[in-house]
Amino acid sequence: MRRFATLTAALLVAASCGTDGTEDTVTLLAHDFFAVTPEVLAAFTAETGIEVEVVLGGDAGVVVNQALLTAGNPVADVLFGVDNTLLSRALDGDLFLPYVSPAMGLVPEEFAAAAGVTPIDFGDVCVNYDKAAFTDLAPPRTLADLADPGYAGMLVVEDPTISSPGLAFLLATIVEFGEQGDYTWRDYWADLRANDVLVASDWGTAYYGHFSGAGDGDRPLVVSYASSPGAELVFSEPPPAEPSTATLTEGCFRQIEYAGVLRGTTHRGAAEALIDFLLGTEFQGDVPGSMFVYPVRPDVALPTWLDTPTPGSLRMEPDRIDANRDRWLAEWTQVVLR
Amino acid sequence: MKRPWALVAIPAVFLAAFFAYPMATILVKSLAASDGGGPLLDAGVVWFTVWQAVVSTILTLVAGLPIAYVTARYEFPGRRLLRAATVVPFVLPTLVVGIAFFALIGPSGLLGIDLSGTAAAIIASHVFFNVAVVVRVVGGLWEHLDPRLEEAARSLGARPVQVMRLVTLPLLRPAIASAAAIVFLFSFTAFGTVLVLGGPGIATIEVEIYRRTAFLFDLRGAAVLAILQIVGVTTALLVYAHHQGRSRITQTLARSRPRRPHSARQRIFVVATVVWTLLLVGLPTMVLAWRALTRDGVPTLAGFRALQTSPFVDVAASTTTSLGYAMAAMLIAVGVGLPAALVIASHRGRLSRWFDTLLMLPLGTSAVTLGFGMLLAFDAPIDLRATAAIIPIAHALVAIPFVVRSLVPVLGSIRLRLREAASTLGASPRRIRREIDLPIAGRAAAVGAGFAFVISLGEFGATTLLARPGSATLPLAIFRLLGRPGAVNVQGAMLLALLLMVMTVTVVMVIDRYRLPGEGWF
Repeated sequence: MRRFATLTAALLVAASCGTDGTEDTVTLLAHDFFAVTPEVLAAFTAETGIEVEVVLGGDAGVVVNQALLTAGNPVADVLFGVDNTLLSRALDGDLFLPYVSPAMGLVPEEFAAAAGVTPIDFGDVCVNYDKAAFTDLAPPRTLADLADPGYAGMLVVEDPTISSPGLAFLLATIVEFGEQGDYTWRDYWADLRANDVLVASDWGTAYYGHFSGAGDGDRPLVVSYASSPGAELVFSEPPPAEPSTATLTEGCFRQIEYAGVLRGTTHRGAAEALIDFLLGTEFQGDVPGSMFVYPVRPDVALPTWLDTPTPGSLRMEPDRIDANRDRWLAEWTQVVLR
Repeated sequence: MKRPWALVAIPAVFLAAFFAYPMATILVKSLAASDGGGPLLDAGVVWFTVWQAVVSTILTLVAGLPIAYVTARYEFPGRRLLRAATVVPFVLPTLVVGIAFFALIGPSGLLGIDLSGTAAAIIASHVFFNVAVVVRVVGGLWEHLDPRLEEAARSLGARPVQVMRLVTLPLLRPAIASAAAIVFLFSFTAFGTVLVLGGPGIATIEVEIYRRTAFLFDLRGAAVLAILQIVGVTTALLVYAHHQGRSRITQTLARSRPRRPHSARQRIFVVATVVWTLLLVGLPTMVLAWRALTRDGVPTLAGFRALQTSPFVDVAASTTTSLGYAMAAMLIAVGVGLPAALVIASHRGRLSRWFDTLLMLPLGTSAVTLGFGMLLAFDAPIDLRATAAIIPIAHALVAIPFVVRSLVPVLGSIRLRLREAASTLGASPRRIRREIDLPIAGRAAAVGAGFAFVISLGEFGATTLLARPGSATLPLAIFRLLGRPGAVNVQGAMLLALLLMVMTVTVVMVIDRYRLPGEGWF
């Protein structure tokens, strides 16, 4: 029992040391897939004297909720990884202090959002296909093609009610087919269902479980990312001459990730310096290799394995997503699962 | 132990501070939040949660009892390794188990049947995960049953089946009930297995809580479900406590040496059980090893090289982090669980049973909800939020019931006469506790401590939902690798899973060895 008391005391002391930061420490709260090459982060500390502590907290949706629950009394100084499907919630919760980084001048207008958040990276959720399965049959080109009976039983998607790429793909179909008219997104999904679409719970199950291009699966079409084929190439040993998968460049949905200084921070100066760093050349150049997304700064060179971003990606305003998400998910459930 | 207040206080304060307080904080705040819009309840989800948990529990007992029996009673080559190996599934991250199960019973599975997306796959994975609980908890008591009782029954003409039904099983009932309760709670609150193997349209209450929290921003609906889950778990636990209260039997414990099987029938039974264990535990494990070390059927060590240069994981740091958390969680769990078990075992009233039940509650509670509760509650007086201290505390909450459940059946069965004899011979109550209770408890505590260590090593769900600093634990590192495309990332993840398995078997075998020398305390 004494041992327990000592241990608890030690833990409490360790804990309090961890949070009693000085001006030289800044804490970054991010989702579980945040990654940065350690040397890049070390360069920031060497340059500014600011230590960065990274706190990870689960999926992006969970992290935004953590920030909302602690609004005004945050566990970190900077939040990274709010994407356009979550942005309205975060802004409604008044999470951020306004800050415009000088480097924003280098970021294209299309990425800019409300004051307070800074765009850092973007990615495209696209359908990938297993090249080996499409030697006789031509691969589909458009979202509409996926409902063609010629591609029956080939597509696996993620459940939009519990997976981010799944939600992004649903939003792409809503932009593409619309809510009104002769053929709405609901009709499209009814056709996908008739075409034996398979719904997996998460990206890993879809990609590694059901997709034939990367695992044991038997489905040659999967909802993944535009960067996935390139990543397959660079993360294979020995590296094949060509990736075994490819991307359907039509019907991609663009996800943009933002960062912001959390209201209630006691290290505002350091937090703003960290935002500048996230937009800096080094971090922006590190983003493709660490997180498989594109830097928002077009002047930063992309690695050779990564194709340039698809030009015609579908987009949707964060406010529209937030206002309709629950209804769309309920309707999707009706059409596809019931 | 007339005044066990000091012993009660430690677990009570721990539970109040780190479980009840954060849960109350988040539930009050969430219920006051605006309506998220979704329907508050889905009867289908509740029904599925209950029935799959019941079926999983029954099948886990059926799968595990023969293994518990054979490893407790028969000596054969590899017995200890086999018993330690059953713990392996327990520490595997659900995502890894999902991949192994897909390779076996997926669309192009080795076993030739596609169970993906069915309740059968979920239940099979629960049996795979939890069989260790039955083997350890029941096997632990089985080893110490006085063999003379069974021998007496046999010499009076009882057939083996009758001995089992009329003597052995009733004596084992406290341990079987303990194991069943734990398996039920784990299956009831299952999350990862349901998500990965079940697919859409199949959800437990826990999955639904997560969906509402992370995707629908419906904290109110999530809170209602979390309360429903607690009510369901509490009801199940009260039934269990009532049953435990009636079935407690005082018995003499002995160390029955495991014997070599002598008759042909015994040999067949032992071999069949070993084969069954290898199929259940070994097959998915072998699939993982195959995935880790081959590419398109050709052996490769690419995974090793990938781990050395991976931008997403640092194996050395993750291993250190995991071991550190596991050590801290084990110390906390034993520090809290041992006094609790001493109180529960030596007081047989209803209050003691309720206390017992209360300690198991965190096992049946939503990790999402508790994680958010900790975030809300622990900002003062010392800001514990997003610190490394939170992780072992959360792990200990899950592990304490294992320490208690490993201890109580053994302690509860220490024959009263042993204490009375000591007392008659003039030993003070303090001395009885020191020289009888504690040494016996120490051995059982080692079992619980091992479980606590291993639980912490493999814990994923609660860890990922807590904001935490520092490098990822091994399960989280595996998760990070599997969340990215690229063959070598998968190979690296599988290698880390193998590392986790090797660490687990090592720890369990060390603890078993420490526990085994036959000084004969029982």
